[in-house]
Amino acid sequence: MELLEFARGPGLIISVCIFAIGVVWRLLGIFKLGKKTDLSKPRSTATIAGGLRMILRKMWPHKEFLGDTAIATFNGYLYHIGWFIAFLAFAPHIAFVERETGISWPALPNAVMYVATAVAILGLGVALLRRLTDPVLKMLSNFDDYFSWVVTMLPLITGMALIPPEKYTEPVPLALHLLSLELLLVWMPFGKLSHAFLVFVSRGITGAAFARKGLRP
Amino acid sequence: MSTEINEHPLDTESPRFSIKKPEVRFDKQGDLADEERLKRALQGFVKDFSSTTAAYMESCIHCGHCAEACHFFKVTGDPKYTPIWKLEPFKQTYKREAGPFAFAYRAFNLKPKVNVEELEEWQHLLYDACTVCGRCTMACPMGIDIATLVSQARHGMFAAGLVPHELWAVAERAEREGSPLGATAKVLKERIEWLADDFDTEIEIDRPQADIICTLSSIEIMKYPQSIVATAKIMNHLDLDWTFRSDGYEATNFGLLSGNAAWQKDMSMKLINAAIAAGAKTLILPECGHAYGALRWQGANLYGKPLPFEVLHISEFLAQQVSSGKLKLKKMDKSVTFHDPCQVSRRGGATAAPRAVLNALGADLRETRDSGDLNYCCGGGGGVVTIHRADELRHAVFGIKMQQIDATGAELPVTSCSNCRQTFDDGQAHHKWDKTMASLLELVADNLTD
Repeated sequence: MELLEFARGPGLIISVCIFAIGVVWRLLGIFKLGKKTDLSKPRSTATIAGGLRMILRKMWPHKEFLGDTAIATFNGYLYHIGWFIAFLAFAPHIAFVERETGISWPALPNAVMYVATAVAILGLGVALLRRLTDPVLKMLSNFDDYFSWVVTMLPLITGMALIPPEKYTEPVPLALHLLSLELLLVWMPFGKLSHAFLVFVSRGITGAAFARKGLRP
Repeated sequence: MSTEINEHPLDTESPRFSIKKPEVRFDKQGDLADEERLKRALQGFVKDFSSTTAAYMESCIHCGHCAEACHFFKVTGDPKYTPIWKLEPFKQTYKREAGPFAFAYRAFNLKPKVNVEELEEWQHLLYDACTVCGRCTMACPMGIDIATLVSQARHGMFAAGLVPHELWAVAERAEREGSPLGATAKVLKERIEWLADDFDTEIEIDRPQADIICTLSSIEIMKYPQSIVATAKIMNHLDLDWTFRSDGYEATNFGLLSGNAAWQKDMSMKLINAAIAAGAKTLILPECGHAYGALRWQGANLYGKPLPFEVLHISEFLAQQVSSGKLKLKKMDKSVTFHDPCQVSRRGGATAAPRAVLNALGADLRETRDSGDLNYCCGGGGGVVTIHRADELRHAVFGIKMQQIDATGAELPVTSCSNCRQTFDDGQAHHKWDKTMASLLELVADNLTD
């Protein structure tokens, strides 16, 4: 079997399955521990609204912290947005999804994609530099942080290697690009990239607790 | 566990000048073998793991934002004071023993088992350098409530006999005598007797039945007894059916602060039983921050069912009386700034109450740069004020408060927590500061309309 065939076929199926099972396993692992009912008299019972409020409120730091976290916040937004634009709005990606699922949506021009990818690469570069030089980040970081950085960066790099459009269908680079995405899918449920779904869980739990106490998020 | 405290061996040899020793000091209670200590700590950690703990432990993205919220990090710049790092042994134990991939962590030793030396080292971070103020929770982009986790981690530390001596000793005294500072029921009654005489105020105690039970902090009883008089003056002024009770007056809860859940329950149950015995509809907590968290938000969970009475912080009670028009106050001609007790405001949800009272007093309220729910802790919360070896760090942290309060230009700092007040008094003496912290309760009592 050719590498591209593997990446488009069994590789994709296996990685999606590992991703799905991993996410379910991780969430079950969290919720199976259970928790006791809080018997204190709540100030508010609107805990779901509280959870949602916290999910939204935490999208941006309180002004009291913005001065110290501005670079990390701006940079975080840069590479997240850049990465997702490249992932979701690039014509060949949409064509790929359409082929697999029948679902499609309008693409953005290639030039926008290139800029988005460059921004994401630059942002991830800054993030790594900060992690390697900031004493707090250096101390907190472990294998997960660096490996997650690598698997996030790989689809961008392998994608850039497919430019210009004439190279979009070259089998080996295309296979490597697909495999890099599959590696990301496989790793996501196990490492810190799981914040993509856990962010709703942890913010939601705290938001609900805040609502019970009548606290503003 | 043995109640014996093993002091550090005497060191008479080391040079005394310019060398800061010991770099890391830790205390131990009892004479357990290290292995047993470790076992108890890990069991203590694991006992507290819930889906909430798990969600938090799984969600950290190692962004370090929590450091920027922590006063201990801000004044030292030392990365070890990063709030989430203070939980490292707890987190490591969770990942290895209870997380979704615990089997892999154990099988491949991806997270090594915590050892007793690490726990000894972390004692400083979990006790001396955390006031459980929860400011880090406000900064965490994932919404991880680090302060709650620190309180949980302290349970394991207590079980292992790895608590700072002074905090352990006051907690043990509170459990044995009913008060961490020797404010026993006998002492309270004597104080009330002379305060009633000296201030010519009727102070109700041990009435068998009353609508309202008032409680006190031992810091008030021993250091700020004017608070007892102020409480009585206000309750009498409002013509309420109230009493103090000698079988349930001590609202501080050093079981909670030190990490002994059983003692925490004992201490809370005294208040709960006293209120039930009196048929009280309301229990008013004194000017004490953690007392509010302990009873208002944790009391029912320890009791095992909803409390059959309402629990109010004194500032909430005063705000209610003001807003209902029952409490009329003379206007103060002063500019004030309010120091929020973390456990009442950020952690308790009663941030608006003291401001409503200050408004009724006609005070010119000038907020600090970081105020309300984002307020900086005084540095003495979470039991830190009892830990003498932490004094230097606490005094450094207090510098942030002084600076922010001075910047408001307000004449008078006011708070509604006697533990904060004590920390301010100590900080004032240490830094030779020109401001003295005032009590909101006492301000109200001094400004009642005739």
